Amino acid sequence: MMDRSRQYDEVGKVWTGVLVCLIAILMTAAAGHSQPALKKITFIPQWSPQAQFAGYYAAHEKGIYARHGLDVKMLRGGAHKPSSELLEKGEADIASIWLSTALQKRSSGVRLVNVAQVVQRSSLMLIAKKARGIRRPEDLEGKKVGLWGDDFRIQPTAFFKKYSVAVKVVPQSYSVNLFLRDGVDAASAMWYNEYHTVLNAGINADELTSFFYSDYGLNFPEDGIYVMEETLRKDPGAVCAFVNASLEGWRWAFDHPEEAINMVLKYMVEANVPANRVHQRWMLETIKNIIIPSGGSRAAMGILKREDYERVGKELKEGGLIGSVPDMGAFAFTCTGYVQK
Amino acid sequence: MFKNKGIAFKLVLFFTLSSAAIFAAIFSYNYLVSRRMIQKGIEENSANLITTTTSRIEVLLTSTQKVPQNTAYLLENTNYDEAELFKVIYAIVEKNPEIYGAAVAFEPYAFDRTKKYFAPYFYRNGEGISFKYLDRFYDYFHWDWYQIPRELEQPQWTEPYFGEGGGILMSSYAVPFYRVVDGTRRLTGVVVVDISLEELRKIVSSIRILKSGYGFLISKNGTFVTHPIKELIMNETIFSVAEERKDPMLRDTGRRMIRGETGYSAGSVKSAVTGKNCIMTYVPIKSNGWSLGVLFPHDELMADITNLNHVVLALGIGGLMLLALAVVFIARSITRPLTEMADIAGRIGTGDLEAHVPEVRTRDEVGKLASALDCMKTSLKDYIREITDTTAARQRMESELKIARNIQMGILPKEFPPFPDRTDFDIHALTVPAREVGGDFYDFFLIDREHLCIVIGDASGKGIPAALFMAFTKTLIKARASADIETGVLMGEVNDELSKGNPADMFITVFCAILNTATGELRYTNGGHNPPVIIRHAGNLSYLDGPGELVVGIMDGTQYTTRTLTLNPGDGLFLYTDGVTEAMNAAGEIFSTDRLKDVLATCAGGDVSGITACVGGAINDFCKDAPQYDDITMMAVRYDGPGDGNG
Repeated sequence: MMDRSRQYDEVGKVWTGVLVCLIAILMTAAAGHSQPALKKITFIPQWSPQAQFAGYYAAHEKGIYARHGLDVKMLRGGAHKPSSELLEKGEADIASIWLSTALQKRSSGVRLVNVAQVVQRSSLMLIAKKARGIRRPEDLEGKKVGLWGDDFRIQPTAFFKKYSVAVKVVPQSYSVNLFLRDGVDAASAMWYNEYHTVLNAGINADELTSFFYSDYGLNFPEDGIYVMEETLRKDPGAVCAFVNASLEGWRWAFDHPEEAINMVLKYMVEANVPANRVHQRWMLETIKNIIIPSGGSRAAMGILKREDYERVGKELKEGGLIGSVPDMGAFAFTCTGYVQK
Repeated sequence: MFKNKGIAFKLVLFFTLSSAAIFAAIFSYNYLVSRRMIQKGIEENSANLITTTTSRIEVLLTSTQKVPQNTAYLLENTNYDEAELFKVIYAIVEKNPEIYGAAVAFEPYAFDRTKKYFAPYFYRNGEGISFKYLDRFYDYFHWDWYQIPRELEQPQWTEPYFGEGGGILMSSYAVPFYRVVDGTRRLTGVVVVDISLEELRKIVSSIRILKSGYGFLISKNGTFVTHPIKELIMNETIFSVAEERKDPMLRDTGRRMIRGETGYSAGSVKSAVTGKNCIMTYVPIKSNGWSLGVLFPHDELMADITNLNHVVLALGIGGLMLLALAVVFIARSITRPLTEMADIAGRIGTGDLEAHVPEVRTRDEVGKLASALDCMKTSLKDYIREITDTTAARQRMESELKIARNIQMGILPKEFPPFPDRTDFDIHALTVPAREVGGDFYDFFLIDREHLCIVIGDASGKGIPAALFMAFTKTLIKARASADIETGVLMGEVNDELSKGNPADMFITVFCAILNTATGELRYTNGGHNPPVIIRHAGNLSYLDGPGELVVGIMDGTQYTTRTLTLNPGDGLFLYTDGVTEAMNAAGEIFSTDRLKDVLATCAGGDVSGITACVGGAINDFCKDAPQYDDITMMAVRYDGPGDGNG
């Protein structure tokens, strides 16, 4: 019951923080002597280390950030450290945030700016066991469905509305055990994560019915790179250097998957989270599919498409989560100009 | 394929191959049967071990289960206040050393209408027991230990997790409890206890199979709970390992395990520790739906039998080699003399009879063959020596015979016409000697100017004796002949001479005549010879008949008659030996006196040499190439009458 590693024991956290700071200070001190030109910058991913962020770890480990003139400090994300909040508080200069989360923040007055839309396709999905008689969206009528909170409910709610099904919502925790033990009929999953966890708990893919929200006109692009307006105004060069270096890191990771996975596993072991190579391999493969969806090209990586932006804005507004859709010109900044320069 | 190979090679090949085949069949059967026996033995032993292990785990789990179950029962059926509740929870932790912590977590506002979160939790902390409330920060409603029994409405063991400090693996048993409110049974909360899985780990890790076999435990999700390799615990599931190894069989086995089945893996499973192939067996832990897997290293199971098989294999191969050697030896002992004998037979074939036949002491077929070959060689040698001797003797004899014939021929008059100055008669003789020396002879000589003696004869037998007998007779007649002697007397005298000292009982037929060339009177005596033919000038022919008299030389004192005949000028006489009338053709017919007469009739008109040539030609035509065994001798005489003057 008392999963201490997930509880983020406060004392441990403080000590880890102190240690990280100390190491960071020592490292920057050391780096300061040799390469004084590097700009210090802090980045936080929105979750604990995993292949979802392989590109950033690769850019860091392979010295791509340094090559772009940056000294990036990689913060450790997690359930109790929402990246948007750290960005807002100024504890991080740059953050990875979901588009829907960022839109809500912007709408509520937090002046963050999207500088790159890394994940183009939503990997949020609903999975159900075929054995429970669920094959079409309509079959969900009256069923117990596990849903995560907050932003993870926007797409399901619109989905159920679209098919006019009334479901019994069961709050879903961090595990899929309730679903595995048939405590719910359907459960939320990220394609790159929980879906594979279910497969690796002995359920075969052909025993599952999968509903990808992106297949039902509800594609919400997910992870994007965000900075505060202030940061961007002060040093757009550093921000765009980070964006370009990160995308380069992603391309390197796609070209060297096993090496990239090794780096991710290293971060996972350091963070004391369960590390499973095949799971991370799956995650890297699927994340590649949603960063460069079929039909997309590497050159188009990181661009926020207007129709995606408008779709997410519309759904959020209809869901009552935002009053009005912010102007995309103010919300999104493209580094393309800086690339050419 | 092996046509050109020797017997030894074939023997070795076929004996060794067939023995190897038999050996392989026996070996395989033995291997399979002993393998099955060992496997069966291991299965029985492992069944005991596994049953003991699972029952120890079951005891551990069920004894733990009873505590929250009893508590839930108590909470459902009694009324209690906060102090009493605390006492109960504290007691659970204090009285049960295997329990690490215990809590009673209530549904929102179920214990206290003002409190959404109410969950007192006692837990071991070093030597003592600590307390805390699980609060809104922890948000227990969304944790598996609370949510799963709540939704399933039945007690549940949670998936394992790392407890305080991350070191100790734990699992919780949670029991939902209910209260009847307003006639409906409603969930009040969940009683939960945490236990360390250390004891369970010890039980499972005590499983030692042979050298490197081990046991492991997986949870309901296939997650490794215990495993000799620490990194696998909690990080991997049996399915992620199957994915990493690309082993669908292992995945399938894992699915059977989490379904609570008992059995063996369909194929061999690689040991995570040694990488060896193992047989895996699995049994469910019924209390919490986990599964115990046990790996039996294949090669270790089979170590004894493998050793045995190595020895058997070595013995078999050694035996086969010995067999091959023995076959080589036997084959050599057969083929070496055979090869030698073949060699020797070849040499004998080319005439080398001095070749030495190898001595074979055995009495088998080879021995027989050798002695037969030796016998053949000896016989051949003897035979060839005999043939050589005979040939030499024969050659000598033939050369002697040739000389004898030459002598015989030499004593016969050969110049024709013999008396070129005489016109009153003419003589021509022809003799065709047979292959061997025959006994035919003829002679003619003038006794005085008016008397011509004519003789033809045929000695009995052949060869030298006949030739000598004939020569002797000729000489006697020539010596005794005189102008006025009666031919009968002459023949009697010759007979008497020949009869004396004739132990071999040889005889001779002789026709002897004396022609008075002046008168044409012919006195003659026929001693058993073929009657000559008289050719009258007119053309009529007749055999000179008269009673046959005894052959000459056989009986002393025989009296011979002298007969007389008168030849007119132009008349002739044809004399011959039995070689003429008895000349035989290929069909076995003889020339005969009749045919002779017919031939003479056609050619009597010519001169004497023409007559003999004519008869000789007729005989040749008749006999063609058939070989003749007797001399063919003929003589023609024509009386032309007294010439003018001395003629």
